[in-house]
Amino acid sequence: MLRITNAHHQSSPVDLLADGDKIQTMTPAGHCPAPADAEVFDAAGLVLLPGFIDAHVHLREPGFEYKEDISSGLTAAAHGGFCAVMCMANTKPVNDTAAVTRFMLDRAARSHPFGPRLHPIAAATVGLKGKEMAPLDELKAAGCVALSNDGQPVSNTELLRRTMEYAADLGMIFIDHCEDPQLARGWLMNEGAVSGLLGVKGQPDVGEAVQVARDIMLAEYLHLPVHIAHVSAKLTLDVIDWGKSRGVRVSAETCPHYLMLDENALAGYNTLAKVSPPLRSPKDRDALRRAVKDGIIDILTTDHAPHAVEEKDDTLDEALVGITGLDTALSLTWELVRENILDEADLARIWCRRPGEIFGLPWNGFAPGDPADFFLFDPEEVWIPGPDTLFSKGHNTPFLGQSLRGRVKAHWTGGRRVF
Amino acid sequence: MNADNCYFWPHKDLLDVTQLSGEDTFHLLDLAARFQEINHRPIKKVPTLKGRTVVLFFVENSTRTRISFDIAAKRLSADTYALTKSGSSISKGESLKDTALTLQAMGPDVIVMRHASSGAAEYLAKLLTCSVINGGDGWHAHPTQVLLDCFSLRQAWEGRFTDHTLLILGDIAHSRVARSNVHLFTMLGVRVRLCAPRTLLPAGAEGWPVEVYSDIDQAVRGVDAIMCLRLQLERQQAGLLPDLAEYSRRFCLSAAHLRLAKPEVKVMHPGPLNRGLEISNDIADAPASLVLDQVSSGVATRMAILYLLATRNGGKTA
Repeated sequence: MLRITNAHHQSSPVDLLADGDKIQTMTPAGHCPAPADAEVFDAAGLVLLPGFIDAHVHLREPGFEYKEDISSGLTAAAHGGFCAVMCMANTKPVNDTAAVTRFMLDRAARSHPFGPRLHPIAAATVGLKGKEMAPLDELKAAGCVALSNDGQPVSNTELLRRTMEYAADLGMIFIDHCEDPQLARGWLMNEGAVSGLLGVKGQPDVGEAVQVARDIMLAEYLHLPVHIAHVSAKLTLDVIDWGKSRGVRVSAETCPHYLMLDENALAGYNTLAKVSPPLRSPKDRDALRRAVKDGIIDILTTDHAPHAVEEKDDTLDEALVGITGLDTALSLTWELVRENILDEADLARIWCRRPGEIFGLPWNGFAPGDPADFFLFDPEEVWIPGPDTLFSKGHNTPFLGQSLRGRVKAHWTGGRRVF
Repeated sequence: MNADNCYFWPHKDLLDVTQLSGEDTFHLLDLAARFQEINHRPIKKVPTLKGRTVVLFFVENSTRTRISFDIAAKRLSADTYALTKSGSSISKGESLKDTALTLQAMGPDVIVMRHASSGAAEYLAKLLTCSVINGGDGWHAHPTQVLLDCFSLRQAWEGRFTDHTLLILGDIAHSRVARSNVHLFTMLGVRVRLCAPRTLLPAGAEGWPVEVYSDIDQAVRGVDAIMCLRLQLERQQAGLLPDLAEYSRRFCLSAAHLRLAKPEVKVMHPGPLNRGLEISNDIADAPASLVLDQVSSGVATRMAILYLLATRNGGKTA
């Protein structure tokens, strides 16, 4: 038995009792009927949150262990408040066979036997090449929870359709990285006033939105669900809102960097702000914030995309795309709570309940019998992302060297302390 | 040569004209005018930068900018060393960072770089302690070109910039010359017009302090100078234009256009010219053309830039 006392939960002090890997009860502070031999953790001054689920990370193993490996990625997840992460298939080799999935799960079991849990995402097509369907039944049996061609959008709409249909029989949902391959070719950032001044090729927001419209119409026609990865543009939100209003089973994610930054972060050719899809205009950022609150955006993900220092230390042309997020996501989204744009219940919804519901993963609503996945968070602790404070091997965050507030102080998954 | 006692050049690098104040610009142009005199002497060399080292690091091809800097540096007695992409370790896969640090370790005072990536000069300037001159970075900026354009027009316009209109004609979107020119000339009070098909206009141009035209006959009316830009043949291949003959019919500057402009209109081109594509053959050689004057102005302007950067710590050298 574990008893957490005096924690803050949605503005009131609570006690929490966990029995093994399950929540037993949560009560107002001082009213918890705990046995005398329960382990006690005094959480005075700390916020109690359910373990977050990150449905979109890149852990780089196998193949790119110099950027990140499953062990370092899961350690960053543990310290970031994530009890479960779903890792994308663009490893080397690509996760398009059961052998690769089993290898990933084996690495996770060795380094983090008690969590955070790893849920691999299957490549939708062999080698992510967009030519033929990956063996999805085999991948599902090995432990994949969803499928995606993330990073290599499927331009062949017929293949997308057949893959969605085939995956539906297996209970797997398609996570689509939406980007028109011709309209969005060779870009370095958002197309707009800033790209015009910097003299670099931009990606128009419509390059994202047209593909999302395609996916939604296809999902409606097939009566199947589809999940839209990392939405960056207001125009895309309008399309998703339209789809939802028609009753299409479309769900969508965005990432903390799209809520906190805009294209002006690219000033001075800042390669740390180069990301796919690109940071858009301040109007897009504000619309995304509203959409997270309103539920047009269902969930947040980090799209954690670690790279080695030298892969970002170059011209904007040469620098790779990607921003790390596991270490910083909670500090950044708590900033939105501080600004009254979101509240604590919203965080539980977008980082825990909805990802659990969409991908069929266990999630903690602090009801009796829920999984004992939770963490304690000090919202006031100030820290500066840097080589000494980041647990990910990747230090490629535009928040590097800036002062952030809020740190996870203790974290349990399945009732076991993971740090 | 005496630097003005009450003026101090504040910049380690020259990355874009956006960093220059009006005072910086006029000081530089005045200095260039004094260096221009040297270029008319029988012996075109002064000892001003004797013992200084200038590296010409041209990762993208260039004829006139590179040789212009080379001549400018040598006329000031600096030593110059040229490095091109094919002759450097970049062709063996060495990163820009490592190549630049290697060059710096040899102790140059100034590195002039031409690079195909926008922002490459800024990247280099942050990395290195020696002075960096942007000899053109991607589509972004080409400060020495537009300072020489400004030098030429200042002479042609007898020192007056206000009440003048400059038309920039052609591929604005992919032109570092256009971006830098728009900034410098609007800062000096010149009215700037752009004329291009919409596919060759930069994103956000509607927010720039310029007038935008797609019809050349409208655009040339009453202007004091027209700057033609080179059309890269790859723009047609990228699907931005139907074919070059159609481009030429719509946008090639001809004698008929000049008759719609001011009688004393000047024609400029940063080179290299595509005769018959963006500028008709007879215009390029007409008295209105400043094209060759731009080239000779380039040497004087670059002498002034090298002087200001190489002596910025010494203050009143030579």
